[in-house]
Amino acid sequence: MMEDKKITKELVYEHGITDGEYEKILSILGREPSFTELGVFSVMWSEHCSYKNSKYWLKKFPTTGPSIMVKAGDENAGIIDIGDGLAVSFKIESHNHPSAVEPFQGAATGIGGIIRDIFTMGARPIALMDSLRFGKLSKPNVKRLLDGVVGGISHYGNCIGLPTVGGEIYFDETYEGNPLVNVFCLGILKHEDIALGCARGIGNSVYYVGAATGRDGIHGATFASEELTDEDRRPSVQVGDPFMEKLLLEACLELLQTDAVVGIQDMGAAGLTCSTCETASRGNAGIEIHLDKIPQREKKMSPYEILLSESQERMLVIVKKGREKEVENIFKKWDLHAVNVGKVTDGNMMRVFFHGDMVVEIPAKSLADDAPVYRREYVEPEYFNRLKNMDLSGVKIPADLSDCLKILLSDPTIADKSWVYEQYDYMVRTNTVVLPGKADASVIRLKKTDKLLALKTDCNGRYCYLDPYQGAMAAVAESARNVVCCGAKPLAVTDCLNFGNPMKKEIFWQFKNCVEGIIKACNKFETPVTGGNVSFYNETSNGAIDPTPVIGMVGLIDKEEYVTTSGYKNIGDTIVLLGPLDSSIGGSEYLSLIHNIKGGALPEFDIDLEKRVQDCCLFLIKSGIIQSAHDISEGGLAVSLSESCILGSGEKQFLGASIEISLLDERIDGILFGERQSRIIISIKPQDLESVIAQADTFGIPCTVLGKVVPDLLEIRYDGETIIREPVSGLSSVWNRELASSMA
Amino acid sequence: MNFVVDIVVTLKPSVLDPQGTTVKEAFHSMGYSKVDDVRMGKYMEVTISAGSKEEAQGKADEMCRKVLVNPVIETYSFDIKEQEKQEVN
Amino acid sequence: MLRFGVVVFPGSNCDHDCYYAIKHFVSDKVEFIWHKSDKINELDCIVLPGGFSYGDYLRTGAIARFSPVIEQVKRFARQGKLVIGICNGFQILLESGLLPGAMLRNRSLRFVCKYVSLKAVNTSIPFTCEISKNDILKIPVAHGEGNYYIDPQGFEELKKNNQIVFRYCDAQGNIDDASNPNGSVYNIAGICSKEGNVLGMMPHPERCCDARLGSLDGLAVFQSILKSLTLSH
Repeated sequence: MMEDKKITKELVYEHGITDGEYEKILSILGREPSFTELGVFSVMWSEHCSYKNSKYWLKKFPTTGPSIMVKAGDENAGIIDIGDGLAVSFKIESHNHPSAVEPFQGAATGIGGIIRDIFTMGARPIALMDSLRFGKLSKPNVKRLLDGVVGGISHYGNCIGLPTVGGEIYFDETYEGNPLVNVFCLGILKHEDIALGCARGIGNSVYYVGAATGRDGIHGATFASEELTDEDRRPSVQVGDPFMEKLLLEACLELLQTDAVVGIQDMGAAGLTCSTCETASRGNAGIEIHLDKIPQREKKMSPYEILLSESQERMLVIVKKGREKEVENIFKKWDLHAVNVGKVTDGNMMRVFFHGDMVVEIPAKSLADDAPVYRREYVEPEYFNRLKNMDLSGVKIPADLSDCLKILLSDPTIADKSWVYEQYDYMVRTNTVVLPGKADASVIRLKKTDKLLALKTDCNGRYCYLDPYQGAMAAVAESARNVVCCGAKPLAVTDCLNFGNPMKKEIFWQFKNCVEGIIKACNKFETPVTGGNVSFYNETSNGAIDPTPVIGMVGLIDKEEYVTTSGYKNIGDTIVLLGPLDSSIGGSEYLSLIHNIKGGALPEFDIDLEKRVQDCCLFLIKSGIIQSAHDISEGGLAVSLSESCILGSGEKQFLGASIEISLLDERIDGILFGERQSRIIISIKPQDLESVIAQADTFGIPCTVLGKVVPDLLEIRYDGETIIREPVSGLSSVWNRELASSMA
Repeated sequence: MNFVVDIVVTLKPSVLDPQGTTVKEAFHSMGYSKVDDVRMGKYMEVTISAGSKEEAQGKADEMCRKVLVNPVIETYSFDIKEQEKQEVN
Repeated sequence: MLRFGVVVFPGSNCDHDCYYAIKHFVSDKVEFIWHKSDKINELDCIVLPGGFSYGDYLRTGAIARFSPVIEQVKRFARQGKLVIGICNGFQILLESGLLPGAMLRNRSLRFVCKYVSLKAVNTSIPFTCEISKNDILKIPVAHGEGNYYIDPQGFEELKKNNQIVFRYCDAQGNIDDASNPNGSVYNIAGICSKEGNVLGMMPHPERCCDARLGSLDGLAVFQSILKSLTLSH
């Protein structure tokens, strides 16, 4: 039997447990662990479950605020009050490594996991988003990954009936071989319906419900905490069953409407082990389970395998004593098999039995909360100052700036993403008020209320590489700016921190600085962090990925009439820039794509100015003045203008813009394509210009009249000279075509 | 007695098979120019207990017609063999 | 007041959307019908909504047709009452033999979700009586298997009996290959039974009954149902 495997130094190391950690295990148990217990410690103390390398820094995030009902880290996901007795629960999580190995199932099970995190809080999931990163699309393997990941999200999300309403995709060689698949889910609930993942009440029953347990994903949690090596990791991939998840979702939400349930938790990373010890730990109770009662779909599974399996679509439910029949009946209605596998016990021990023999006896808290916490060393990498001080004044301004604009518009990172989102059912549940791509964020309504939500994920990894602190601040700022452009007040964020190997001091320096940037920005925007996930070890033989702390922002729109989109609306409207004109090209997509340079100092970023620009924009939207709002991001001012033209164009009429800029002695390529933050281009009725200028003055922000909306042509003049003059129909087809034709 | 029925369901020859066509084109682009046609289908392994092979055959055929196959677009064929003795445990 | 019933399979996911659209914009009397029901209340119209009824394992709609409720739906249809199947509901109607033909995977092999234009080519049935012949409706599709197939003989029957109700077209009403989102025979988006009381359509009318969602064209289908039922009452 595997149980009798002798504990050797090698076996301890194979489980990723250090000498120091093993000492700690010995002192907790007062004896040598069994093989099964060693496995249990190894998954619970892995980075993925314990955040042992990041916790010290994550604790610094602002996590409180007047609207926070459940705080980050306390439960599967945080909960935010949105008024009228309603609350939202949302979270973003990575599924990078599984998606690299098997893109379809990796992405699909990522969706399954994040949905379970939300409905275990008692919330009805209502929307999904995905933040994806791939290598350059010219590589065949990247196409395979993109096709698989989008297919997997589409399969799972569509089948379960959740609209995938937005997100973002970047293509950059840094992600080659290590794509990022970060998935976001948001749910809504009434205040009184909050469910918690805790086991309490001695004698209460522990139920297992959902799919049977197989050998899939054993050591998935430790797997996610190692650098990707090759083929040998393949067996760890799990297969998702969205139909089973749909049944679980409906059954659990129905169940939570009774008061028969004490606690509920999904089996995600570290499966049965994690859900058992975490519920007990939160409830300050002990727990016992009997593994031979666990439904199994493979023969001769050992206790070690049953405990560590990461088979999908399984839940643990703690049921009040005497209410078991009621619970079983609800599951039966949904054709689910619920099995009573144990009970809540006195004390604090997690005890696991197999055919009557006790195979695990560990204090639950020591597994869930007492994992070691490390303060990793960090050092500023050599590249940081070198790239920051790179002299960009020698970068030649291309002769044909129209051509540059078209190259940028056809860049898959910037181009139209309809090839992706048309594979997602983004309309199911009939709440999607703004269809994907039409605005800076996704907007969904909340039926039976006047409220709507704006959702967005953002992060530019290149910025975060060149300057982690400022790059991370910019990620928060941009996500806030995006929801503001839709008419929303930023509420709170969830973050997914994707980095390389934290044992490398330079990587940890990136991590630490990004965290500090997020803290600074979240404090400024008064958007607490409600939870999220850390994904380390995103490295291949070519090195680490650019640091990519993805921010998922949720904003609240008070009234339907505030909803604002990016496209121009009427010929003759005045186009105004809120925020500064600027010409710095450091870190831009333009510099990377046209000049093949990854470097330079990021453009100046003043977070106070950013906040004022956003406040001013939101004020103007609420005053009913703004016809369209679109921020300046990748590709700069020229791309932002082009997009508003394209998005405003209809089947019969193309809308263009006539733009006049004068900013003497500045580089024109920088003005057109530079990516300074804190800028929003709005269109307004000409008669409202005076009040816009007055408000900009009141808010203390720069404001420049750029031109007006005209038919058909985008024309940009610089100091009187025409720099760009392009039919919008042409720009539109360049922008529309690229991704679809690459993937045909 | 237990019988294992190996069932293959394919689209009727007259029905366009977009999946098969895509795979064929992939073959061609990889240089396997001699591949004339690819048809995709479904394979199912059903274990049933029956008194005789004939009875199993009858059951299998009925299950195909009633559930596993949509006669508008699909055809099927199957093989039946008696299941080998299960190892004791 | 006319009574609607929306069938709920375990994997239905447009059941609430149909319910919401009917309740708010069509008729106050609407109820869910659980798929295990072997008895249904007095109703005027049954809706089979979209979704993935039983995970769509085997074939879309293949398992759903064995649900007890389908026998009720069949009986209901035989009485000449109205049954509309949308998306997965259409697939179930095909699998259960209430409508002829079958669904194949989209020719792109990918799920497709977008607004499409439809030409109403048969406006003499209860589901389209409020629509003018050859009117163009903008209604979204969202499916992975909407590639309608029928053999040539069956197709001739369809045409002869005027069973083709909606065809995919472009914004100007041209019916061509470019406006066919899934590869359906003859750009077919919706068909009805010979008697005209059972309609199956891939596009989702329930998704565009609310001005706040961008199009009201789906309402025309429900208003037609309402009018025809009111007239017959």
